[in-house]
Amino acid sequence: MKFSDLHLRVPLNDMQQTRKMIEKSSALGYSQIGVPLPFSVKQDAIDRLRHGSEEFGVDFVTRLDLAPKSSGELLGSLRRFRRKFEVVSVLCGSKPLARQAAKDRRVDLLSFHTVEPRKRFFDWAEAELASKSSAALEIDMAQILSLEGFFRVRLFSCLRREVATAKSFGVPVVISSGSTDALLLRKPQDFASLAFVFDMDVSLALEALSKNPVGIVERNRVKESPAYVAPGVRIVREGRSRGQVC
Amino acid sequence: MWRLVSELLGRGEVVVKSVRRRYLALRVECEDSCDGKAVSDAVWDSVLRLFGEVGSSQAGLFLVHFEEGTNYAVLRCSHRALPMVRAAIASVTKIGNKPAAIHVLRVSGSLKALSKKVATKKEKLQESGECEQPPNEG
Repeated sequence: MKFSDLHLRVPLNDMQQTRKMIEKSSALGYSQIGVPLPFSVKQDAIDRLRHGSEEFGVDFVTRLDLAPKSSGELLGSLRRFRRKFEVVSVLCGSKPLARQAAKDRRVDLLSFHTVEPRKRFFDWAEAELASKSSAALEIDMAQILSLEGFFRVRLFSCLRREVATAKSFGVPVVISSGSTDALLLRKPQDFASLAFVFDMDVSLALEALSKNPVGIVERNRVKESPAYVAPGVRIVREGRSRGQVC
Repeated sequence: MWRLVSELLGRGEVVVKSVRRRYLALRVECEDSCDGKAVSDAVWDSVLRLFGEVGSSQAGLFLVHFEEGTNYAVLRCSHRALPMVRAAIASVTKIGNKPAAIHVLRVSGSLKALSKKVATKKEKLQESGECEQPPNEG
């Protein structure tokens, strides 16, 4: 099984720490990592990170975290940056934004970072839209590990409700570390075990760490390839045009 | 499933062993050195915080072995509480106020099988060039 961590928040200005975290991910059994990058990132920086990941046998995935204030801003950002990154995540800070992100086919991951239940806008309406657009719900495990007491209880409660909603509408769930510290990284099986606390089956949790994120990356790589025409249509081989004479 | 011990008593009765256990091989990652008691306390504390007193009473936790230096440990728990204990182990972030992490290496039903599994892992690691010392539990 190929495991993927699509949210490894490495310090981009500290290459030594970045290498350490990538090495640790590889040692823990991840074969694919997604690193959030600023939209102004240069291609040589991406190449350097990709090369560093290949040294440890890890597939590097570029990721963009969008935190727009309005639906219009989200659409503008998607138009400008979608093709530049392999995975696009949207931090949904308002209801209209969550709706727009859930129905847009260019959005891969829906994120909610707050523990305030009223500000986590993933309910049946978003789930229904997301199930048609193939966006996935992202769960950052670093939040669970770093919170304590009442806030963690509230987070568990929100996650339990969201996972149940996602399951009933067939929305894929992606579990990622969301970690900035190597000590907050865990093995995929350990994260799957931790998902037990918000009523997620181990088999579903393992899918959320392997099949679902890997599927998103593969789908987007196919879309970026020159042979891609439309969903379900791609160029297999090019023929001669009628005007050409042998 | 209940495991039959098949100890036939004088009257031909079959004794059913009601407690099934699981042994977990752990690797403790700590910024500073730590001892077995601190590791045991951290796991206990985590189970208590996540599942409360009732959950902790069902877990049947016991630190069988801790190897200082290599930071390998063997923990025993109840078979039924295994998902709870694994979740609690994954959520440990501190051991004695120092940042730490505990990784589950293997789970087994007996210490003998656990030591075999860990030894196999050690051979694989040696083949791949990464040498890790497994716990020497008896």
